[in-house]
Amino acid sequence: MEVVLAIITGILYAAGIYMMMRRSIVKLSIGVILFSNGVNLLIFLSGRLKKGKPPLIPGSSDVFIEAYTDPIPQALILTAIVISFGLQAFAIVLVKRAYKVLHTDDLDQLNTTDEDS
Amino acid sequence: MMENLVIWPLAVHFFFSLILMFGWKNIKLQKNVTIIGNSVSLAVAIYLFINIYQNGTQTLAAGGWEAPFGIVFVSDLFAATLVLLTAISGFAVSIFTVVSVMNARLRFGFFSVYHFLLLGLNGAFLTGDIFNLYVWFEIIIISSFVLISIGGEKNQLEGAVKYFALNFMASMIFLTGLGLLYGLTGTLNMADLSVKIANLESRSLVDICAVLFFVGFGIKSAVFPLYFWLPASYHTPPSAVSAIFGGLLTKVGVYALIRVFTLIFIEDPFLQTFILAIAFFTIISGAFGALINNNLRKIFSYLIICHIGFIIGGLGVYTELALAGALFYLVHDIMVKTNIYLISGLIYRLKGNNNIKQLGNI
Repeated sequence: MEVVLAIITGILYAAGIYMMMRRSIVKLSIGVILFSNGVNLLIFLSGRLKKGKPPLIPGSSDVFIEAYTDPIPQALILTAIVISFGLQAFAIVLVKRAYKVLHTDDLDQLNTTDEDS
Repeated sequence: MMENLVIWPLAVHFFFSLILMFGWKNIKLQKNVTIIGNSVSLAVAIYLFINIYQNGTQTLAAGGWEAPFGIVFVSDLFAATLVLLTAISGFAVSIFTVVSVMNARLRFGFFSVYHFLLLGLNGAFLTGDIFNLYVWFEIIIISSFVLISIGGEKNQLEGAVKYFALNFMASMIFLTGLGLLYGLTGTLNMADLSVKIANLESRSLVDICAVLFFVGFGIKSAVFPLYFWLPASYHTPPSAVSAIFGGLLTKVGVYALIRVFTLIFIEDPFLQTFILAIAFFTIISGAFGALINNNLRKIFSYLIICHIGFIIGGLGVYTELALAGALFYLVHDIMVKTNIYLISGLIYRLKGNNNIKQLGNI
């Protein structure tokens, strides 16, 4: 399972960065979504996958006596998902506004900020 | 009351940005409230600084959870100094904004977002937990996206697209490094990380994490090959916004670099040579960029890059004296960069133009 998830993470990273480097700014926002999902999966994997092992200490003991699922990466992902959701929402609105004002979705046309004025 | 002093600079800004949301339509009220808010935060920051200066480092465990498990806020002298500088620049820029920025731009919750930006900056300076640092960074960049695109002019939106794309990428690279680091060590507390990293066997993975952190913070602080978003976007918003960006946003990246590379990834000859080389090229390219431009604010943007190079250079040399010099320079740089952007705003007001070829006889 970890190998499959690792490969999916790699694909999401590659696809996200590829889409961010395309010239269309709509594809930029798709790249943003894919990239942040890839990062979330990576954090999920960094806690190691274990099935059916809740992070509970049995009442008879003071420490963990067997392997357990680490809950922290899941808490981290939850935070990261919320944040990246906000960023994606902003990206989509920004792209729409930029298209309305600039009348183009080609990044190569966005060069008025580089002109000397 | 007193033991919670570390959280106060955050609480003040949070409180005032919530208050400002209730006066969404009333810009006059918002102007008054934001000046009061920044005065209060300046007073709190001065009090915090004096307290830390006399009594030494203070920590606060959020919710009473002890250090390696819960989130801690740590205020040492370095963090307290930067919080003080944030408060001073925030206060100055808020006054400048109130008198200089057009009301049309201030309508959509400008001051509320401004307080959130300062909240994020203070949080990033005071936190002692590396994931919490990521969260504060996100608060900073989301607020800065709003501030840079509010007003919706043509070149502003263009700058915002470029600024968004690269800063988003930086955050994600930082988060990748953070995930790998957690996988290696199983902790997120910075002080705990520095102990556990030192005991790790696989140095190559630690080096990969270090480089990911360097790239992530490097994009945010605009070092040599990664700075192109900065001159493309910093001259587009009103100069009050540029001032707070130029003074503090890149410096928070530098602060994070200094924190991470003096506390977590220490004593690595490869990284030090790497950082020194980057610093060298940053200084050179920033200076050349400033020489060939005619737009005053673009020149200042390149000067920011150039001077980031000096601070990173101090980190690369990595002796006690070099680090002290870098921090000393950082303190001045925040003040000076905020000021020169405010002055460029004044010049724009006098002449209606920022092209130095047409700026004679001031």
